[in-house]
Amino acid sequence: MEKNTSPVLEIRHMNISFLQYEKGFRQVELPVISDLNLTIEEGEMVAVVGSSGSGKSLLAHGVMGILPYNASMGGEMIYRGQPLTRKRIQKLRGNEIVMVPQSTSYLDPLMKVGQQICKGSRDEEKKKKLNQIFHRFSLEEKVQQQYPFELSGGMTRRIMISTALIENPRLVIADEPTPGLHLKMAKRAMEHFRQLADMGAGVLVITHDLELALETADKVVVFYAGHTIEEANASDFKEVSLLRHPYTRALWKAIPQNGFESIPGIQPYVKEMPKGCPFAPRCEKRTAECEGEIPYRKVRDGYVRCLYDA
Amino acid sequence: MMLEAREISFQYEKNSRMILENFSIQVESTDRIGLVAPSGFGKTTLCKILAGYERPLGGEVLVDGKALSEYRGYCPVQMIWQHPEQSVNPRRRMRAVIEEGNQVDPSVVDGLGIEADWMNRFPAEISGGEMQRFCIARVLGEGTRFLLADEISTMLDLITQSQIWHFLIEETQRRKIGLLTVSHSEELLKKVCTKLYYLETKTWG
Repeated sequence: MEKNTSPVLEIRHMNISFLQYEKGFRQVELPVISDLNLTIEEGEMVAVVGSSGSGKSLLAHGVMGILPYNASMGGEMIYRGQPLTRKRIQKLRGNEIVMVPQSTSYLDPLMKVGQQICKGSRDEEKKKKLNQIFHRFSLEEKVQQQYPFELSGGMTRRIMISTALIENPRLVIADEPTPGLHLKMAKRAMEHFRQLADMGAGVLVITHDLELALETADKVVVFYAGHTIEEANASDFKEVSLLRHPYTRALWKAIPQNGFESIPGIQPYVKEMPKGCPFAPRCEKRTAECEGEIPYRKVRDGYVRCLYDA
Repeated sequence: MMLEAREISFQYEKNSRMILENFSIQVESTDRIGLVAPSGFGKTTLCKILAGYERPLGGEVLVDGKALSEYRGYCPVQMIWQHPEQSVNPRRRMRAVIEEGNQVDPSVVDGLGIEADWMNRFPAEISGGEMQRFCIARVLGEGTRFLLADEISTMLDLITQSQIWHFLIEETQRRKIGLLTVSHSEELLKKVCTKLYYLETKTWG
């Protein structure tokens, strides 16, 4: 891989909204992702962590150019120094840029899994690589001759991860790659993504499992109600005082080993999004200013979207 | 009250692997027991047997000394499933999930943070965490004496997980509902449970 100093992927001010029909022909625009900023360097593994319904999957779909027809996207995406246009992503996805989708329904039900992972190629090298991957994932070789319906949930998950590992990608986007896997297997899967990063690829893992992400990722981007509220180094999570946003601190304190504390309230629904800071209704430190524009600012080698905490 | 599994054995098909063999456990009304075992050890199967969804091949399940299968009407042992999206009817509004329960008290609905507006939504319109709250409310109706929780918080974010468990601990304590819970996270079980049982070594901890 030739040396390239620009980041693998840079996302600036991305926003994604959906057009939805309400009653009759009345349409409403639902902003699901607002002002998302993210940078992935070569050899770096970035985890995007957020609860379900926070819009994390759409981020992956946005980058891959597979958003549904009623969605629109704004902002800038730069891949290795050049804008990632629709045409460019169509050429790059599947080889240089690969995605591990969240839903197990993304596999072709009519194709044997071995062929599917190799995309029909009969290349001996690829077959060898596939056998190695299967071995590492404790999958029997005969599984290659099976169809997706014959697999258990955990096996399907491992097959989908294999589809990414078989290529030599420069950018890997994994959307919730571990649910349904037991802890040991989930850790192994994360280690594989780590290896890809160590080999020089940029890896973006989207997950709700903060504890798992912290074990392998370099950077953690915290997502809340469609906003990136903090970007921290994984090592910042060793101590709560190093974290920047009140929501991230609340997440930390909710880890069983760290006290198992909870805060009241829920993440706001897109249709009832508060003005300004999305976390303000649950925040102890909120003031009137929190209803205004909240800048995403740099604090201690990371970023935070909060007026007060840092 | 006591929920008791006495020497139960189970396999899904003849000649297939024995999933449980002469397994016994007792759960008292004041117990919160955590089951620790690697995947494939039959934790979900055990829950299904204890809740009456499957019948054991050998042995019996007793509630206060009477076989579970002899109880008529509402089953005193209720189960919360791992995947809420697979345990609600996708074509009915969320209100129906609560109505399926046995006279669920409004305080349960409030305590779980379920908002009035969610009642009118369809399952596809709410998040997994919100849906799991409905599934928990559904099994906390009148007449529930024992609750089985099978990996109920793996898909939730940490704050929601903590919210839901704090509610369940308080509610089961107050109503003297015995709780048996399964999770891959031992740290979580240590926080939630009064006793841990390691299936692999058959020891208490």
